Amino acid sequence: MSSQNVRELTHTLAILEAIRLEMRSDPSVILLGEDVAGGAGRDDKPEPEGWFAARGRGLIAEFGPDRIIDTPIAEMGFVGAAVGAAMTGLRPIADLSFIDLIGVCYDQIINQAAKMHYMMGGQVDMPMVLRTTYGARPNVTTHGGGAAAQHSQTMYSVLAHIPGLKVVVPSTPYNAKGLLISAIRDNGPVVFLENRFFGMGAVEHVPEEAYTVEIGKAKIVRRGRHVTIAGIGRMTRVALDAAERLAAENIDAEVVDVLTLAPLDEDTIVESVSRTGRLVVVDEDTPTCSMARDIAARVADKAFDYLQAPIKTVTAPEAPVPFSAALERFYAPNADAIIAAVRAQEGE
Amino acid sequence: MSSDERLADLSTEKKRFMFDRMVLIRQFEERLKRLVDTGLPVGAAHYYIGEEAVAAGVCAALEPGDWITSTHRGHGHCIAKGVDVRPMMAELFGKTNGTNRGKGGSMHITDVRVGMLGVNPIVGAGTPHAVGAGLSAKILKTGAVTASFFGDGATSIGAVHESMNLAAIWNLPVVFVCENNGYAQSTPAEYAIAGSIAARGAAYGMPGESVDGQDAIAVWAAADRAARRARAGQGPSLIECRTYRYHGHSTSDNPLRYRTTGEQDQALARDCIVRMRDHLVSNGLATTEELDRIEAAHRELIEEAVAFAEKGPLPEPGELTTDVYVTAQNGGAR
Repeated sequence: MSSQNVRELTHTLAILEAIRLEMRSDPSVILLGEDVAGGAGRDDKPEPEGWFAARGRGLIAEFGPDRIIDTPIAEMGFVGAAVGAAMTGLRPIADLSFIDLIGVCYDQIINQAAKMHYMMGGQVDMPMVLRTTYGARPNVTTHGGGAAAQHSQTMYSVLAHIPGLKVVVPSTPYNAKGLLISAIRDNGPVVFLENRFFGMGAVEHVPEEAYTVEIGKAKIVRRGRHVTIAGIGRMTRVALDAAERLAAENIDAEVVDVLTLAPLDEDTIVESVSRTGRLVVVDEDTPTCSMARDIAARVADKAFDYLQAPIKTVTAPEAPVPFSAALERFYAPNADAIIAAVRAQEGE
Repeated sequence: MSSDERLADLSTEKKRFMFDRMVLIRQFEERLKRLVDTGLPVGAAHYYIGEEAVAAGVCAALEPGDWITSTHRGHGHCIAKGVDVRPMMAELFGKTNGTNRGKGGSMHITDVRVGMLGVNPIVGAGTPHAVGAGLSAKILKTGAVTASFFGDGATSIGAVHESMNLAAIWNLPVVFVCENNGYAQSTPAEYAIAGSIAARGAAYGMPGESVDGQDAIAVWAAADRAARRARAGQGPSLIECRTYRYHGHSTSDNPLRYRTTGEQDQALARDCIVRMRDHLVSNGLATTEELDRIEAAHRELIEEAVAFAEKGPLPEPGELTTDVYVTAQNGGAR
């Protein structure tokens, strides 16, 4: 195997590569958002700088300010502009730096982007991507975090709830690149969520060429016989850690990476549960009206006869994200919580 | 032909176009009102009667390849931009031969083929779409201009302010058209709006002017200046058109709860269609008979639209869940 074939990328670089490849192959793809060019494009500043720069590095130099568009702090305006651009021939990627900011542009996402195709009788497409980040600090991470209640949320369920929006949550650099390319090529609106703590940390083999990961398909990432653990985004990795530790206790867990929240791939989850007889759903969102409970309800509805024990959900607490690291480290589910849920289920 | 004569000719053509569109809008709305008053369930709908000069004047300055975004009171914008009144009427009847296959209704009528990006009943929400259409025009170099209609009520919402700022900093070919009919539902503009609407143009570094919105020629002149600027790469403009809606906010609203008959009579005395008719006839640009013929032809067309709507099939229950997601098979707006 040549070194090229085992080239490894971080999550952030895999996403950048997806954007770069699609922008090269399709001149109608543009990226707009706050600091995506980091103020670059001006003569004295050829490259972006700062915290956001990692999200857009190299793009402004290659594609210029006409296609890598810095916006003022105007989420309603630029997400709405992406909607209008998508209706008139462009394929915009709107970069909303934090999912917490959807409050100021929610109308353009839920009433405009999501519904145009349906309410206009199918006459317009909406080829836009809303790229955003989510998640509180994991207990093992030393960088980041401390962003408190308005910059650490997950709340993708409020987007998955809206008919017409596709919502994807990658878990690895490989599927991040493939899902983002699929999202950019999709003729409808796709929300692409990145966990804030993947960043430059996780590394994986990522092919150099463009490839797609199908939207609407979950993936079984670990085969097992005793219990199905369904994970979303970073929770899939935590679920894999938990599964390794459970193996030492002779509990053979299967892990399903949900990957797409809407439309949800019920079939893959139900099929897995039909073999294992048990389901634990792991979701770092708050529990009420969450994806965890939605998946649990669907499985209860479709696969009740296969279930040997009540479904368990492992979620964030019913609370905002706290500031203090002493509290935040317990906010998102960890492997211990998953293992506890599996053991509790075993006892039932 | 001298350039002055050519201009005069063009001007006559535009004036006749505006008369034609205004009459068609008025007749569509009056026929619709009769249908509603006798029990047609059109759901939420907002009559444009009285404001025709704004839509006709602005669209007279636009080309077929240009775009418009609209408001909840959008029937007039649709007709002025060239949406066929037959599928429009069918849409109000909830039929599959409607512009939106019966899935949108009055508040979502759309026809991207003629550049109409959608009636939009979230106040101010269509205006960012005009910024997006402006970005498309700039990046794809189509030369298209986008006019964004919004009401006096929308001048208070952030989406409109953000849009004006974005269009200005990106120097986009957008014309912001504020249709000031004096009331946001029942709230008077003079109560709700600080300062002057037109002056807000200067705040965003773009020309802003206020015109008599019951005078189609004045609206057209302002829109023509703004569209030329936009096409020449000189960026956006703001036009406030002072107008009046003759009826309530919606089909179910009685405006006499918050307006006086005296005020309404003043507006009626300045009716845009009567004024254009007088202008055309008194300047020898059209004869009374010619204009009567236009009105008669439009009346026939509206009856044809009603028949088209009545004959159209209702959607099958299966359509409830079609077109929720965009599939790969769908064609784009372009």
